[in-house]
Amino acid sequence: MLVRGVAFPHHALQERTKFKTGNAVSESENIVVETAEKIFTDLADAQEINRDKKGEWKAPLWQALTEAGLPLSWVAEEYGGSGASLAEGFGVLGAAGRHAIAVPLAETMLAGWLLAQAKISSPESEMTVAPASPKDRLTLNADGTISGRARGVPFAKAAKHIAVLASGANGVSIALVDAKSVRIEPGLTLANDNSDTVIFDKVSPSVTKPASKGFDQTALMLMGGVIRSLQIAGALESMLDISVRYSNERVAFEKKISKFQAVQHNLARLAGESAAALAAATSAADTLANAKSFNDDAVFLEAVAAKIRCSEAAEKGGGIAHQVHGAIGFTIEHILHRYSLRALSWRDDFGSESYWAVELGKRVAARGADELWPLVASR
Amino acid sequence: MTAALRFDPIRLPEKCQQLRKEVRAFLAEEIAAGTFSPFKVNREDTDVPAFSRKVGERGWIGMTWPKKYGGHERSFLERYVVTEEMRVANAPTRRFFVADRQSGPVLLKYAPEHIKQDILPRICKGELCFAIGMSEPNSGSDLFAAKTRATKTDGGYLVNGTKIWTSSAHIADYMIAIFRTSPPTKENRRHGLTQFLVKMKQPGIQVNPIGQITGQFEFNEVVFTDYFVPDDHVLGEVDGAWKQATSELAYERSGPERFLETYYVLTELVRAVGDKPDTRAAEGIGRLVAQVHTMRRMSVSVAGMLQAGKEPVVEASIVKDIGTVWEQQLPHRVRDLAAFVEEEAGNRETLEKQLSFAIKTAPKLTIQGGTTEVLRGIIARGLGLR
Repeated sequence: MLVRGVAFPHHALQERTKFKTGNAVSESENIVVETAEKIFTDLADAQEINRDKKGEWKAPLWQALTEAGLPLSWVAEEYGGSGASLAEGFGVLGAAGRHAIAVPLAETMLAGWLLAQAKISSPESEMTVAPASPKDRLTLNADGTISGRARGVPFAKAAKHIAVLASGANGVSIALVDAKSVRIEPGLTLANDNSDTVIFDKVSPSVTKPASKGFDQTALMLMGGVIRSLQIAGALESMLDISVRYSNERVAFEKKISKFQAVQHNLARLAGESAAALAAATSAADTLANAKSFNDDAVFLEAVAAKIRCSEAAEKGGGIAHQVHGAIGFTIEHILHRYSLRALSWRDDFGSESYWAVELGKRVAARGADELWPLVASR
Repeated sequence: MTAALRFDPIRLPEKCQQLRKEVRAFLAEEIAAGTFSPFKVNREDTDVPAFSRKVGERGWIGMTWPKKYGGHERSFLERYVVTEEMRVANAPTRRFFVADRQSGPVLLKYAPEHIKQDILPRICKGELCFAIGMSEPNSGSDLFAAKTRATKTDGGYLVNGTKIWTSSAHIADYMIAIFRTSPPTKENRRHGLTQFLVKMKQPGIQVNPIGQITGQFEFNEVVFTDYFVPDDHVLGEVDGAWKQATSELAYERSGPERFLETYYVLTELVRAVGDKPDTRAAEGIGRLVAQVHTMRRMSVSVAGMLQAGKEPVVEASIVKDIGTVWEQQLPHRVRDLAAFVEEEAGNRETLEKQLSFAIKTAPKLTIQGGTTEVLRGIIARGLGLR
């Protein structure tokens, strides 16, 4: 991969892999995240995107991200990626949430990560992942083709390739599928990003390999859910930021609305929702970054609790951000909807909060009342 | 960004989990010996001196304090583990908890050496109970409106006035109180209050119990009539108490006691629904567990940041705000979910008794130790709105 233009990070990422311990990791995390932040700030300014009705901002943004090696952060160099750590990639996704990034960065990162679970090399292009819901199953047929329907696949229409998890007679396999070989019924999220139904009608993948031992669809959903949690938490940080700034500018009844106690208390509650989302998401990300296996109740709790709590925060926090902004925040011209609607949409991907709450509740009940506290206090 | 809130993903170190096992074993022994029941939450025997002394013997009071004062120089995260295990077991910690969390640290910082030498080791042994004298009949959240006077006299001060809502004053050996030593100034209405160490059970102090809606008598009215406090019982700067009250609040606001007060009803709900809950119960439990997990991660994170020498004042206020609102809602959510529990559930009676007590406890949770309104004001200031 060549390093051109703004970013640098490809060789810095390579440098990083030499320093796996101590402060070097956190410093290099900052380098990777700072690089992403810089690209987002330069090429994904919310105001400019909001004014750009033709979507001309997308290509330069994607190009800069690609040149920086970010979409394939989680793919080792030998498989075509830049070999960043999970923690670094999670940091990038938090930043992507803060900027409400609407290109398939998270999806391509997740696809590359999924393919790496079966040691499949990643192509350098937009990718997405199927299935994107724990309720959908794709089947690997005896003849090596894949069948089934995956709904709500983010950015499927924009993707050149799809990383697929499919179950067959010999267990779980991971496959790389050319997007031209599937049928797509386009759909849109609340934020007007593509979220499509992908139909696999005896599709022949480019590559299929068995998943590593113990890897299954739940693992993919947990990883996807933590990614969405980080994005929601990031969007809430920005909603808090722009709401506080707006309240310090807007004058009503002859004073800044930030001086009204009712508004202050609403913003304090928004800060609480933002804080809860941030704490839950970063804790879950840290857990996955250090987990030996997904098949562990404590890991499961971290990941699904983050998805549940962040989704609840998207509703409560986003609602407050809109309330503080009044009518202006309800307009298409204002940037607030870029964050609020995306945060609400992200709730649906990789299992909604109600889906995971049921699964978590069942698991807690099966463990029994006296094993609940030991689970909560296990880390 | 306006306010960069930070919640570092703190994990408890291995030695904390070892300590947790010791605490659990100790509590199991005490439960077996009949010292307390984890299920009986509405107890009259909240003050159990023998239990306090045993906790002291284990070295679990004053854990973070210097050894020369009887402390154990352990980390805040170790103290955190002890606190949360005691809370979840419904252990009777009333006698030592306030001294351990708040009063001891204030003495460490502001008391003269001979007082530290005298009192801190006895706190660590579980022998002393402390109360906090802040609110007065006409000054609650508005702390700086306090009127109880401490008038200078030979060798000390004479105190006259009334403190109210003072938890544990009826059993306390000492109180740390603020009294007015000078009038407020035009420039600074917070000026003129001084923090004192007050020895209880002395002439000049009358403690009148006040019944609470739970049926308990935990808080009191404390009337001072020409009560004498010696000069060496002044804590910190005369007239300058307002400078001393802020940074310690992070410790007080963010602990496990700020979201686990009604946790027991969740445990009993899980027991009542059994191992195969219907979808409604499963979803309800899942959402509640996700909340308690998130609250704990936030609270542990603040403890870790405090241990690292940071002062996450806004983060700590957020933990108390959303933690207390949550623990207040919890019994009502559990009641909703318990509505369809089978009649024959073995712990039905326990759950119903606990729910009735927790629902009656709930209103105080967002008032004690700083109301929701005060906390949101602090958060708003942290956000740059004031």
